Amino acid sequence: MPAMKENDIRFIKLLILVNGLVPLALLVRDQAHNRLGANPQNFLILTTGMMTLVFLVLTMAVTPLRKLTGWNWLIQFRRMLGLYAFFYGCLHFLCFFSLDRGFSVSSTLTEMVKRKYLIVGSIALLVMVPLAITSTNGMIKRLGGKRWRALHRLAYLAAIAGVIHYYMQVKADVRQPLGFAGVLAILLGYRLVVYWRQPKPAKVLAHGRGE
Amino acid sequence: MKEPNKIPDNEITDPAFYFSRRTFIRTGIAAATVVATGLVYRQLNPVAKGTVNTPLIKGLVTNPAVAAADATGFRVAEPETSLQDITHYNNFYEFSTDKEGVAPAATGFNTNGWQVSVEGLARKPKVFDLDELLKISPPEERIYRMRCVEGWSMVVPWAGFSLSKLLDAVEPLSDAKYVAFETLLDPKRMPGQRSDVLNWPYVEGLRMDEAMHPLTLLASGLYGRALPPQDGAPVRLVIPWKYGFKGIKSIVKIKLVAAQPRTTWSEYAPNEYGFYANVNPQVDHPRWSQATEQRIGESGRRPTLMFNGYEEQMGHLYAGLDLRKNF
Repeated sequence: MPAMKENDIRFIKLLILVNGLVPLALLVRDQAHNRLGANPQNFLILTTGMMTLVFLVLTMAVTPLRKLTGWNWLIQFRRMLGLYAFFYGCLHFLCFFSLDRGFSVSSTLTEMVKRKYLIVGSIALLVMVPLAITSTNGMIKRLGGKRWRALHRLAYLAAIAGVIHYYMQVKADVRQPLGFAGVLAILLGYRLVVYWRQPKPAKVLAHGRGE
Repeated sequence: MKEPNKIPDNEITDPAFYFSRRTFIRTGIAAATVVATGLVYRQLNPVAKGTVNTPLIKGLVTNPAVAAADATGFRVAEPETSLQDITHYNNFYEFSTDKEGVAPAATGFNTNGWQVSVEGLARKPKVFDLDELLKISPPEERIYRMRCVEGWSMVVPWAGFSLSKLLDAVEPLSDAKYVAFETLLDPKRMPGQRSDVLNWPYVEGLRMDEAMHPLTLLASGLYGRALPPQDGAPVRLVIPWKYGFKGIKSIVKIKLVAAQPRTTWSEYAPNEYGFYANVNPQVDHPRWSQATEQRIGESGRRPTLMFNGYEEQMGHLYAGLDLRKNF
């Protein structure tokens, strides 16, 4: 699949858009039918958080996949995946704010300052705010590719903080957060390897000794 | 001679039909992906369903001699949590670390030939067959609050009798200061024990005066039925003023000892879980607040009560004890 028609790209974008809403639709449907289990509050908070991590990982997977396969058109879907991560992250916070803290701003703030896992989680979500705002074509142009790319490296921080936030709450069975951490480590590790392998022309030349 | 390139007009697809055909296929693809995503989601988040049909308990004393809502704390006057929720939201790592996954994983758990060894510093130590054990005292219905260390709670109509009745039967020696409890160790029957999430077997302990207090229940049923496996069949401990993890399930050994016994969670994370584990809204878990709780079946969180609302009955046992240090 070397190249993709504009029309096909648009269709795949539509597929991502629709499929990204499936978990939300099922959450709403299960909630309406009282089928979220014994602790629906907890389930809603947990599942929206989980979806945030899933989309963060998917977003992080685009670049390595694109480089390994040569399918450059994959890049066209990254924005939507990233925005979905932000979307579910916001829902996750709203669920916490409403269901866990009963819409109390003061109790939310005191709790967020007191609990390390909430501080880490807040960092993950707040970091995504400027990324979502600057995700438009217009903003990419205004910032310039180089600066935009530098800013959007914050996505790594969001993903790492998100996984740590999850890990910090688990009582004993850390297999799931470690699973996320493992996948993320591979995706970020790939970038590091690529970075190290890159020839660094200026420095190499300046310090290179001819024999 | 035929013209090879000539396609008859009537065989050329009408553009309108061509595009509608493509739209049709694409709609199909989109629908298929949505169904697939939905199925994956459902696979990961199954809807809890299941019934409880363990045998009814014969001769259950539902209206004990003591009046309801009295000072014993035996019957709390709060709405009972549904049987469905009590039996499908369980912390029982021996089967699964997923609270909703315990009930399916525990289905068919075989308790035939169950024995409980009551041993240690006792004049008449004894290995009880389950039937024999349950005959020590008639089963009473006790309606207790249950507060999990994770911040949720239930109200459970248990069936059982005070642990003191069993301990009295073996006649503890005067140097028995603590009681140690142990869960069955059998990774074949308890699949959760195949991974070393915790140090198996699960062990718990109580001070002698805690163990002998009438509120401390040796439970063999709930909602008038024998305990379902996911709730700790065939016998478990219920200590309503302590966090739920103190209520050790599927007990095979009870030992009277002189020194404070080791307990699974306090050994796993000593800074997070103590030996006492009394419910205390003023002493937070290092990672989360214990001031409020999510009562299962309710919408908002409710404030957590000191000693889970059993301060009147239990407070005196801990007079002079620093509850911050001895959490």
